[in-house]
Amino acid sequence: MLRILHQIFRTGVVTEALPAATETELIEVGERLERAIRRRFHHSLVIREVDAGSCNGCELEIIALNNPIYNCERFGLQFTASPRFADLLLVTGPVSVNMEIALKRTYDATPTPKLVVAVGDCGCHGGIFGESYASLGAVKNVIPVDAEIPGCPPTPVQLLHGILRVIA
Amino acid sequence: MTTLHAIIANNTLLAAERLTTAWPASIPVFRVETLCFEDTSRAMKRAGARLVAEWGVDETLMGRGLAVYAAFGREDEYLLLRVDLPLESPSFLSLTKLFVPAFRFERQILSLMGILPVGHVHSDLRPWIKHEDWPASAWPLRKSFPAGQRLERVAGDYPWVQVQGEGVYEIPVGPVHAGIIEPGHFRFQAMGEDIINLEERLGYTHKGIEKRFEGLTWQEGARLAARVSGDCTVGHALTYCRALETLAGITVPPRAAWLRAIMLERERIANHLGDIGAIANDAGFAFFFYQFMRLKEGVLRVNSQLFGHRLLMDRVVAGGVAVDLPKDGPAVIAAELDCLVPEFERLVAIYDRNTSLDDRLRGAGVLPADMAREIGAVGLVARASGQGLDCRLSHPFAPYDQIAPRLVTMNSCDVHARTWVRIEEVRDSVRLIRELLTTLPQGETLAPLPAIDADRSSMAVVEGWRGEIVYWLQSGLHGEINRVAIRDPSSVNWLGLEQAIHGNIVPDFPLCNKSFNQSYSGHDL
Repeated sequence: MLRILHQIFRTGVVTEALPAATETELIEVGERLERAIRRRFHHSLVIREVDAGSCNGCELEIIALNNPIYNCERFGLQFTASPRFADLLLVTGPVSVNMEIALKRTYDATPTPKLVVAVGDCGCHGGIFGESYASLGAVKNVIPVDAEIPGCPPTPVQLLHGILRVIA
Repeated sequence: MTTLHAIIANNTLLAAERLTTAWPASIPVFRVETLCFEDTSRAMKRAGARLVAEWGVDETLMGRGLAVYAAFGREDEYLLLRVDLPLESPSFLSLTKLFVPAFRFERQILSLMGILPVGHVHSDLRPWIKHEDWPASAWPLRKSFPAGQRLERVAGDYPWVQVQGEGVYEIPVGPVHAGIIEPGHFRFQAMGEDIINLEERLGYTHKGIEKRFEGLTWQEGARLAARVSGDCTVGHALTYCRALETLAGITVPPRAAWLRAIMLERERIANHLGDIGAIANDAGFAFFFYQFMRLKEGVLRVNSQLFGHRLLMDRVVAGGVAVDLPKDGPAVIAAELDCLVPEFERLVAIYDRNTSLDDRLRGAGVLPADMAREIGAVGLVARASGQGLDCRLSHPFAPYDQIAPRLVTMNSCDVHARTWVRIEEVRDSVRLIRELLTTLPQGETLAPLPAIDADRSSMAVVEGWRGEIVYWLQSGLHGEINRVAIRDPSSVNWLGLEQAIHGNIVPDFPLCNKSFNQSYSGHDL
């Protein structure tokens, strides 16, 4: 236990130990995001992430939002296990034919008003996979999309920017 | 010990003919008659070989019919068998009775190529990858099937394995999971908390990757390979490029080979760090998750600073690497590792002395050594179950032929073993990167890719962070891509999860699953 406490205290708050350029951008995005969340979602925006056929690259960067360096919860951003608690769906693509029904059901299970953000080049326009017998391409081909965050994959800072764009 | 090659070549009864159009020369390919396919495979089984993969190929554009390949591996050898099949009602003798993983490979061949596995027992011909609402006669990997064709959904049923009895209930999970992870469906039959059976159904992320390759140039193929499994982008792109370079008969410049190895080891470190943290998190130890995610983020940032991409996507290209290490690169990496290692070791010491973590991780999700061998497990899953498999050692390429990795195996076969193998591999990858940096050659980082000869094939294997990645490429009549067959380590290791879960309780499933951390996308293609 002492070792754990020692490690926690010697690590400190790593969120402040970022390189200056990234830090400025991150804090700025974060504060704008926080204001928007406070105003429109009563301090908390609940996100349900849906992998609709991605290569898992976007998921890695979305998971990174939860690491202590980006620490998205300080801005009121929270990931939920159930679409029924969600305000926003963060959907990665391309939407595979085999995920089409599950994605539509997840969308239907999310209470209105709801927002949908398509993530990654594949979620925005199908990426290198395009449209084929197995891939329906962009998320907007399957459910209504409010905003898109391009990138292969988008970085955590780009993800925060994108989420801000849809709620600001 | 007789080599696999000699076993086939010296047995005249098998009437196997060695193909001269397949590279590299170290991986022989034999054509056998349809009737001899099973006997030849049995000879491989008796010799102690494992089934690496089976795949189908459509050669109608070359004026031939269809063919099925089976790849076998044993220690430092690989050997491929090929059986030629007619286009009309093609079938081949199933290897399911001999090799357990064959049933998944063969279901996939039937679903996507329409080639029927026949023989003594093939109890399971349910579609795999292709779901039950696809038309049964849609075989996307046939050349006659246009890649852009939209399929009608048809009514269909998937007969699940059933368990019946008083008190038995089912838990369906997925495809949309609770966490930020890939989609797949798991169906548990349980009694109380005890899991009686787990059945996986995958294919949800199938986006037609193998078919997509056939519409790309060889160079573009590297970009697609980099997106087969996003967390293993270096591993997949490198395996594809190595197979392509073998096909083209070129060798990459030494500096490029070294930089590729540095990236491959950095990818291993980043993923292992994330996994160790996530495994502890699934045991309720959030402290570790945040500590290890912090270390992982540091590695990704150095990737971005030196190579221009956090996950190193598209850095490995046909003929070499897309970016050279900047002048201060070696110093930056050395400083990064000097900072990472003591932090990492402090955390490992905490892991090692934490009794509650120990209690959850030890004895959970045991994949016994004989079962790991039986299902043909590879990579860290196999090594954690006592199998000494690492193709960086058994099938080395530059620079691993000069700077050898250390083989890490564990015998407890449980979640702890899979975690500890990762810990040891992080240590070893750090050592490898330090040695690679001190021996980093100067010079070019890219070799030109010549035109590819018509009707040739090649295979490459690379030990990605999950394990052995296999690519098999075939050129068509005009030297274009005719077929790219991919076998991600997850394709066999998914079978391991189903076996490891027996005797565990439902709440331990996420923990066991995380300790395997298989790729869905790499499996579904």
